[in-house]
Amino acid sequence: MNFDNNLRALVTGGTRGLGQALVQQLRERGVTTVSLARTADVDDPLFLAADVGRDDAAGIAARARELAGGPIDILIHNASTLGPVPMPALADLHSRDLAHVFEVNTLGPARLTRALLGPMRAQGRGLILAISSDAAVHGYAGWGAYGASKAALDSLTRSLAAELEGTGVAVASVDPTEMNTKMHRDALPDVDPGTLASPSDIASRILTRVQRTPLPLRFVAEAV
Amino acid sequence: MLRAAHQTRPWRATRVLDRYGVSSITELATRFSPGDLLVLNDAATVPASLHGQVAGRSVELRLVPAIGAPFSSARKAVLFGAGDWRQDTDTREPPPALAIGDRIRIADVSIEVLQIDSRSPRLVTLRFPFEGDSFAAFLYREARVVQYQHLTSALALEDVQTPYGGPAWSVEMPSTGRPITFEVLDQIRARGAKVAWLTHAAGLSATGDPALDQMLPFPERYLVRKETVRAIRSARRVIAVGTTSARALEAAQDAIRTGPASTIEGVARNKIGPSTPLAIVDAILTGVHSPGESHYELLGAFVNEEELARMHRVAEESGLRAHEFGDLMLVARERPTRPTLARPRRRSP
Repeated sequence: MNFDNNLRALVTGGTRGLGQALVQQLRERGVTTVSLARTADVDDPLFLAADVGRDDAAGIAARARELAGGPIDILIHNASTLGPVPMPALADLHSRDLAHVFEVNTLGPARLTRALLGPMRAQGRGLILAISSDAAVHGYAGWGAYGASKAALDSLTRSLAAELEGTGVAVASVDPTEMNTKMHRDALPDVDPGTLASPSDIASRILTRVQRTPLPLRFVAEAV
Repeated sequence: MLRAAHQTRPWRATRVLDRYGVSSITELATRFSPGDLLVLNDAATVPASLHGQVAGRSVELRLVPAIGAPFSSARKAVLFGAGDWRQDTDTREPPPALAIGDRIRIADVSIEVLQIDSRSPRLVTLRFPFEGDSFAAFLYREARVVQYQHLTSALALEDVQTPYGGPAWSVEMPSTGRPITFEVLDQIRARGAKVAWLTHAAGLSATGDPALDQMLPFPERYLVRKETVRAIRSARRVIAVGTTSARALEAAQDAIRTGPASTIEGVARNKIGPSTPLAIVDAILTGVHSPGESHYELLGAFVNEEELARMHRVAEESGLRAHEFGDLMLVARERPTRPTLARPRRRSP
């Protein structure tokens, strides 16, 4: 999909880190972009205060469309939670926390996809991009809930791609690799931030890649 | 007597009655051919029922669709008294009598009564203390979906969306579209027929007040996109999916027939009945309706009384389900008898 000023996007988790960079760069490329986050007060006319893990997806979809002034063409599932930090081993993880991680990282995005997919199919145009993680593929101590939730998100993405073949709606997930963000500091506070990529660099790589075809089902931002 | 559907059903269970008999929704596409255009209403449904307190009494507000921007602060609503959707709207306790300036409390929000309609004290104009996205956020947090007494369990917001719904304009679901999934639409397109969308703010189906029910449907906002206008002009036969789609198309008839091929916005004030000449719509796909209902009257614009009665008998004998989440009827005019159109229009032999 080539970005232009006829397109409208919704980026969840749009006020910090990679999400903020994606919002800014989509807007620079002319895309009307709604930024969603739980934060209440943000000085942005296209800001939508909502919780992907809790609020009704039909409501989020309707509000995003109303703010953007038309149908959403690009949906980026960027919001996610690590769960409790420091990240506990699975043996110490309360089932309630496990469920919450899945609500925010997997089920919320699945509901939001469903709520926004109809108009994309009616138009025969759309892009749904899930921000995944290396932890979806490899096992790391402490990353059990997060990794499983992202693996499930990748799996939903693969099935959705099969179901949407030939409809004009593209679907992919991306591993953004390690970035200098609050989430990274929460997860791995001892890593020197100077060794990490900047979120804006990663956002730029992701947005460049998704404009090229064919779009792979899953890609790694670093390898773009 | 037709029985109502009593629960939501998988879309594949929907049956369709037309002049040839009853078939499955999965065979609907076989009824269409090249030159046919189905026009669907893509309005999404908002939660429009709010429960509040006024002067120590309970009141339910059901929002009427907005005529202007969907989330402006001044909004019409119909009042219902204490009780809930499990009671028939006609037997619910009447709402408390309100005066201009009264305040209805919902959660921590105070809503002012701005106007009371001269025709019924149940129809009021309210002022909410916010508009735009803050109003939308309030509704999606505090309001519930308008419920139907014929169902055995309460509906969630997700239950009342069509597969392709977008703009949040409707307060009740444009329900004919619910089983028209993309699988069905792809089958229809594979037959060479086309599909297009308009947006029409589907309103309340019942008010609990005979005087107000007489006034239904209220004026409702519509928008016909320019691609749809173009598609209608080159179609041989236009099939409205749902009564709201038919109402919007007929309300916009002048602009559709003669104007430039651009997006048309307006407010539908028309009511379609047996004596209404149809200018745009040749056939309608709708729910199964019974004599005495306004939607049954609407079908009288398509076929004569005998044919309608015959179809109704078949619906009864076949055990079709009425109302929202029920089965469908495809009612086509025998032969188009429209007045001369400005648009070029080929006729089938």
